[in-house]
Amino acid sequence: MRVSVDLDLCQGHGVCESEAPTVFQLARSAKVTVLEDRPGDGHRDEVEAAVRYCPTSALRITEEE
Amino acid sequence: MSKAVGRGEPPRVSGGHGENGHLDELRVDPIALLDRVRAECGDVGIFRLAERDVVLMTGAEANEFFFRAPEEVLDQAEAYPFMTPVFGEGVVFDAPPERRREMLHNQALRDKFMRGHAATIADEVARMVSGWAVRGEIDLLDWFAELTIYTSSACLIGKRFRNELDKRFAELYHDLEQGTDAIAYVDPYAPIESFRRRDAARVGLVELVEGIMERRAAGPAVEDGERDLLDVLMSITNEDGSPRFVADEVTGMFISMMFAGHHTTSGTAAWTLIELLRHPGDLDAVERELDELYAGGAEVSYQALRAMPHLESAIKEALRLHPPLILLLRVAKEDVEVEGYAVKAGQMVGASPSVSNRIPEDFPDADSFRPSRYLEPREDDRSNPWTWIPFGAGRHRCVGAAFAMMQLKAIFSVLLSDWEFELAQPSASYRNDHSKMVVQLQQPCVVRYRRKAAQGQASA
Repeated sequence: MRVSVDLDLCQGHGVCESEAPTVFQLARSAKVTVLEDRPGDGHRDEVEAAVRYCPTSALRITEEE
Repeated sequence: MSKAVGRGEPPRVSGGHGENGHLDELRVDPIALLDRVRAECGDVGIFRLAERDVVLMTGAEANEFFFRAPEEVLDQAEAYPFMTPVFGEGVVFDAPPERRREMLHNQALRDKFMRGHAATIADEVARMVSGWAVRGEIDLLDWFAELTIYTSSACLIGKRFRNELDKRFAELYHDLEQGTDAIAYVDPYAPIESFRRRDAARVGLVELVEGIMERRAAGPAVEDGERDLLDVLMSITNEDGSPRFVADEVTGMFISMMFAGHHTTSGTAAWTLIELLRHPGDLDAVERELDELYAGGAEVSYQALRAMPHLESAIKEALRLHPPLILLLRVAKEDVEVEGYAVKAGQMVGASPSVSNRIPEDFPDADSFRPSRYLEPREDDRSNPWTWIPFGAGRHRCVGAAFAMMQLKAIFSVLLSDWEFELAQPSASYRNDHSKMVVQLQQPCVVRYRRKAAQGQASA
């Protein structure tokens, strides 16, 4: 899977960082940084939770072959 | 996506032939005006607000343009002249996105502070209902407006400040909110009664805050853990040692911090309760959900952050049908083209949650309260990110949306666990008062309450 962020929408709430700290990081006063845009399947549950609970729906998962 | 180009100026809606264009209609029946723009003109249409054109955008494509546009294209700062006398000169209605993100951190709206806020909110609800008899009546506007003064001041400024407030603060704050007549687009200081009350209320609030500041200055120093935002502001000094902020400035900051989350949350709480009482089947589902969640004596501070599909859906549906803000405005800073129509620099541009939230193609049975539309896999809100817009969308999407949902879940966790409610008026008599830009319930809006027989009760 591949994770992408729509930076027009990100407001830096930090929910994704709480859900998947190894994949998403928020520096102070910043938008999210995707640390790992192709996380392994071991992170699938937490990344899906991050996408689902993002308050601004700024995150997406796309599946790759 | 339509690829229409070169359609020229957008069509204009009928009416508005008086001196101030559609201003008078906007002050009496704004939703009828906004609906008519879409019915007559489609996604992009113009109405007149005093001296200016307002290009109203509705539907997903035009809304996406509206919500994605950067400040340099659509500017928010000058779009709300009715707010300046409320906040005071020099306190801006809204900050640019970068500053908003800083505020998000500073105002403790971030995810990691939510659990503490949930406990604070549950405590405030418990404190308000501790004065209730076994049965009685409340006016929904007065009651939720007072509650949300306490919750927002406690969470955003601090508990120490909240504990120095009483009903007077809520009453003055209400007068401020009522001082938002759209006639401000002609003259924000027009000699009308609601503006006189607004200005007197602001003076009254400054006096209350000044009194609190004087008592603190004269009192003993407070321990670090107890310090709130007011203590911090009072500790900042100029180079000569004088206080950096006087009571007037502090009050302006507090008014603006609390404004976005106050009438919005208060109104949504009231409308959620009204709609649930109108729809007993949905109320039943919510009560069963809460009973299950709190059966083991779980704490609100924990549960209010977890999924409550039925309650969340009821809140979302109340928000869709009764969005607290019915018209969002910007000023175009450059010429742009939207769906082929030319929008000119200097024109105002608007988006309307009350129109877009009820577009029948996006929301089947759009005028009906149907919380089930949010359940998986349907999720009408996620499927329509540019038309399900009670919180706006994009860059300026309400930064307090997650806080607001948590707050509403905490409020109903306490209220519905311990109390039963019933409408005390004919169902159709509950409606909004649209005579001001800040929409509030029209009074009277009374419901009856009765304590439930003791059983599993939620605790803070």
